[in-house]
Amino acid sequence: MVAASTLKTFSVTLRVWRQAGPAAAGGFVDYPAKDISPDMSFLEMLDVVNDELTAKGIEPIAFAHDCREGICGTCSCTINGKPHGPGKGVATCQTYMRSFSDGDTIVVEPFRARAFPVVKDLVTDRAAFDKIQQSGGFITARAGSAPDANALPIPKGDADLAMDAAQCIGCGACVAACKNASAMLFVSAKVGHLGLLPQGQAERDRRVLAMVNTMDTLGFGSCTNQYECSAACPKLISHDFIARMNRDYLTASLRSAFKPAPANTGGGAA
Amino acid sequence: MATLDSKIPSGPLADKWRKHKTEIKLVNPANKRKYEVIVVGAGLAGSSAASSLADLGYKVKCFVFHDSPRRAHSIAAQGGINAAKNYQNDGDSVHRLFYDTLKGGDYRAREANVHRLAEVSVNIIDQCVAQGVPFAREYGGLLANRSFGGAQVSRTFYARGQTGQQLLLGAYSALSRMVGAGAVDLHTNSEMLDLVVVGGQAKGVIIRNLVTGEISRHSADAVILATGGYGNVFNLSTYARGSNTTAIWRAYKRGACMANPCYTQIHPTCIPVSGDYQSKLTLMSESLRNDGRIWAPKKAGDTRAPAAIPESERDYYLERLYPSFGNLAPRDIASRAAKRICDEGRGVGSTGLGVYLDFADAINRLGEPAVRERYGNLFDIYHEITAESAYKAPMRIYPAVHYTMGGLWVDYNLMSNIPGLFVLGEANFSDHGANRLGASALMQGLADGYFVIPYTIGDYLAGQKPGSRPAADAPEFRQAEADVRGQTTRFLATKGKQPVSHFHKKLGKIMWDRCGMARTKAGLEAALQEIPALREEFNASVNVPGSADTLNQSLEKAGRVADFLDLGELMCRDALTREESCGGHFREEHQYPDGECKRDDEKFGHVAAWEYQGEGKTPVRNTEPLNYEFTKMSLRNYK
Amino acid sequence: MNLVGNLFGSSIGRKILMAVTGLALIGFVIGHLVGNLQVFSHPDKLNGYAHFLQSLGPALWVARIGLLVCVGIHIWAATVLTLESKRARGGQAYGVKTWIQATLASRYMRWTGYVVLAFIVYHLAHFTLGTAQSDTFKASLPAYKMAHDYHVLGFTVVPAGTEVLDVHRMVILGFQPPLVAGFYLLAVGLLSLHLLHGMDSLFQTLGWRNSRWSQSLRTVVILACLAYFAGNVAIPGAVLTGKLSLESAAKSAPAAHH
Repeated sequence: MVAASTLKTFSVTLRVWRQAGPAAAGGFVDYPAKDISPDMSFLEMLDVVNDELTAKGIEPIAFAHDCREGICGTCSCTINGKPHGPGKGVATCQTYMRSFSDGDTIVVEPFRARAFPVVKDLVTDRAAFDKIQQSGGFITARAGSAPDANALPIPKGDADLAMDAAQCIGCGACVAACKNASAMLFVSAKVGHLGLLPQGQAERDRRVLAMVNTMDTLGFGSCTNQYECSAACPKLISHDFIARMNRDYLTASLRSAFKPAPANTGGGAA
Repeated sequence: MATLDSKIPSGPLADKWRKHKTEIKLVNPANKRKYEVIVVGAGLAGSSAASSLADLGYKVKCFVFHDSPRRAHSIAAQGGINAAKNYQNDGDSVHRLFYDTLKGGDYRAREANVHRLAEVSVNIIDQCVAQGVPFAREYGGLLANRSFGGAQVSRTFYARGQTGQQLLLGAYSALSRMVGAGAVDLHTNSEMLDLVVVGGQAKGVIIRNLVTGEISRHSADAVILATGGYGNVFNLSTYARGSNTTAIWRAYKRGACMANPCYTQIHPTCIPVSGDYQSKLTLMSESLRNDGRIWAPKKAGDTRAPAAIPESERDYYLERLYPSFGNLAPRDIASRAAKRICDEGRGVGSTGLGVYLDFADAINRLGEPAVRERYGNLFDIYHEITAESAYKAPMRIYPAVHYTMGGLWVDYNLMSNIPGLFVLGEANFSDHGANRLGASALMQGLADGYFVIPYTIGDYLAGQKPGSRPAADAPEFRQAEADVRGQTTRFLATKGKQPVSHFHKKLGKIMWDRCGMARTKAGLEAALQEIPALREEFNASVNVPGSADTLNQSLEKAGRVADFLDLGELMCRDALTREESCGGHFREEHQYPDGECKRDDEKFGHVAAWEYQGEGKTPVRNTEPLNYEFTKMSLRNYK
Repeated sequence: MNLVGNLFGSSIGRKILMAVTGLALIGFVIGHLVGNLQVFSHPDKLNGYAHFLQSLGPALWVARIGLLVCVGIHIWAATVLTLESKRARGGQAYGVKTWIQATLASRYMRWTGYVVLAFIVYHLAHFTLGTAQSDTFKASLPAYKMAHDYHVLGFTVVPAGTEVLDVHRMVILGFQPPLVAGFYLLAVGLLSLHLLHGMDSLFQTLGWRNSRWSQSLRTVVILACLAYFAGNVAIPGAVLTGKLSLESAAKSAPAAHH
């Protein structure tokens, strides 16, 4: 079958944010994108435009991308004011040109937030997410020291809920969508994932206190419960995890205030 | 000629690894911190290796070309990870997993390596669960399993359709812990552009920071490459766009042998190409073939809509050609059959490169809700990409490249023929022979990183005097840096007419046509003419705009495509020399009447490890015989 | 880590402070409304109630200071969080930004908050201090003599015959200027909008909300806010439409004067 949509091409105007480097001033530049197939992905359309720019001697538009199947979390364009574009529950790479019409002007910008400085054009530096993870987004489990995997039964419901949270691809759309540039959805997904599992209990309080502290230090904003984050999330991760993290944070703060500190903390390096 | 000593321990198969672990040298805890180890790549193998070595006390530097270790393409693996846990009580054992993997690899892998892989598979699951990987579970709280191709037991552990993601995030969390503790020095946006060999041993790397363009030299006591596979030599594949061969290729050019580069796995059920602009092929789970029927029009050039083609004019070719297996014919057979149909002009879709996978019968038999329940998410992905509903019209599918079994040659310790250079995961050639079974890639990556390299690297380092690593300004480092700078300058100075993508597409087409699902002597010989010509064109007329001191994605691609051009030629050479068919390497001249691979164990029961001889010179083909002590090489038969 | 430091020093801590103080203030405004609705009853009710509150002395001041502290913390936390969030958003604004699903109420919290703050100041000046209208407005009210005992929990707290401030009359007089009543209506409207997001939001911030019952919570919150708004509209509404006037009050009063 030859789908009708594959036969008809169309043209749009791209209004793209160009910025030569982190310190440079940026601005919008218009480029025509002609003979666009509706079956092209948004990033393939950018590939085509970039090849044309290269042929004209113009430096191509830098944009972040890798797996192009919505799982690596690299791609990160804000398209017409929405992170990852018009679709629901998809990443930029899963946005197809059939979402647009002939003659449209499409505004393409980087994910914006102070904690995500622009590297170049549409590419931003999201190392802040790694720093949050490094401060506590793990269960300490040295290779070789694990008990048998079935030694610890986990209710299916808990495992499934943990998986809902663990699906986060770390793209930063939640931060980009939030008017406060808050990373609460990202942090709460990791806190929720590990906190739901029995293995994660030993470090549960430390984890939430440390990750929230790092999140604040890195200059992300706070949550005003508008849930733009979960609506923009390519994995549609629920803001239920934010509520859960708020509760965890309060509980951990109370526990750390009232639990006596051990006299000696030898052992348990790192 | 390189010496290829596989260092396989003596003794009974099941005792080799245990015995080896007790015999190899150890580094005492106080000395470990005096050794610095470089890990390049942070996918399953790289992250698990870096975190485990740092946990042991080694100083680790980890380089990743991605902006975060969590982006590595291990993340895209869908199906699952095999382990011989026998939680299902269905008769699984380490020996069965070993045997299935060896047989699946068409008897072109080392027995001892594969057995070790099967042994440590059980530890991997324990380790991942301890890290918080949310594997699927039964209502009773115990782990669930599913079955996968090439096995008669259910031994595959999975986390929905995102097992690779969850395992990678587990390894990433372990790595993050060590980075947070200051035990791993993590460098993101850092691409390895050369290996530095000092006194015949791998002692460092040259790194380009992709954001600032800065080129830096890093010395170490040992170098680990865990940089993944090279399937993007075909341009279109299920790989991430950034996946490349550069790290292993530059190591090859410094003397590491490249083993079995022609072994490529091609997955039969992917969404077909829709146009020249295509950048990526998306896999549709093989499980669809349980209920879908594959067909193509009988008549070439039939452009009618599928519903308009009457039953009598349809060719259910898998059912016709392989009546016993039908639509569940093995991956390589199904892939090659689809290619033949399309070569005959009977392909469907706007490009003619596709066949139908039809669910009409299943929907009639089971009802749409049942089909939706089984395959709903896959139908959704299909709809997202093609805007077509597979409930109403058949899916169009076509095979695509998705794994490379070949890679740098390593011994039992995962060390290459350059002492001090270790290669893990898909980047090495070691465990899958000529064909990899489903759910085994994740197993190998984590086995190498968590449970093999922490032991075997000690054996090498114990022989190195602590503090003896060369300074990063030794002449070898300076020379390597100068080479890298020279290449960068050449790309930028060429100022030709064609973007890098032009050459990548052309190379991909040559590779797919000549060295893809079915290979012939004539085709491969033609490719060995076409690729050097394309390389000349590339060198003369590539257009790399911009400068070297900022983020320059064209420049990155230019370096990678240059390496793919070289690698593609070597793959064709390897495929041409291997006058047999085995697993993912199918030479049309060598097949049984039913289309099965015809191996030649006598002449080719060995590993081919190619050794670089210099620019423009024909590489040397070394061989490592595969001595099967415990298993008999037999005809791979799934009937 | 210490509790106070976490509450005042972290983003989540400050949100928790906002939620807790918000909860206290919600309790106050609802209680305040319920008390005020006694205006529709015999003047004894509202006047006795007001006199009783005034007679609490130190307890009244504890409550007042408590409320002021809540307002203070609520505003402080809101200010700090807003400034931090503005900073977090970064220097370069989006060229185009669309809302995906945020509610109207949530998008104007800051603005409804400003108006509510202005209203609180005016409201205190108006009825508590009596300085907003003419300077004689509160001071020149004739004393009111209680017709019946006023009970709280069965105890007589204001006996019949006590001369008390005529709050009932003050409310009616206070709402007679249409401009004053209009501002009041606008303010309670915006306060209801503020509560519409705030009541829902505090459950999220305190970690009690999840998708299993968030729809029900939303319904309850909407109904509560509508009821709150209706109750608040009723008083100036009744005054403006003449349903509640000094004459109607006088009509009900004779019954008490027999």
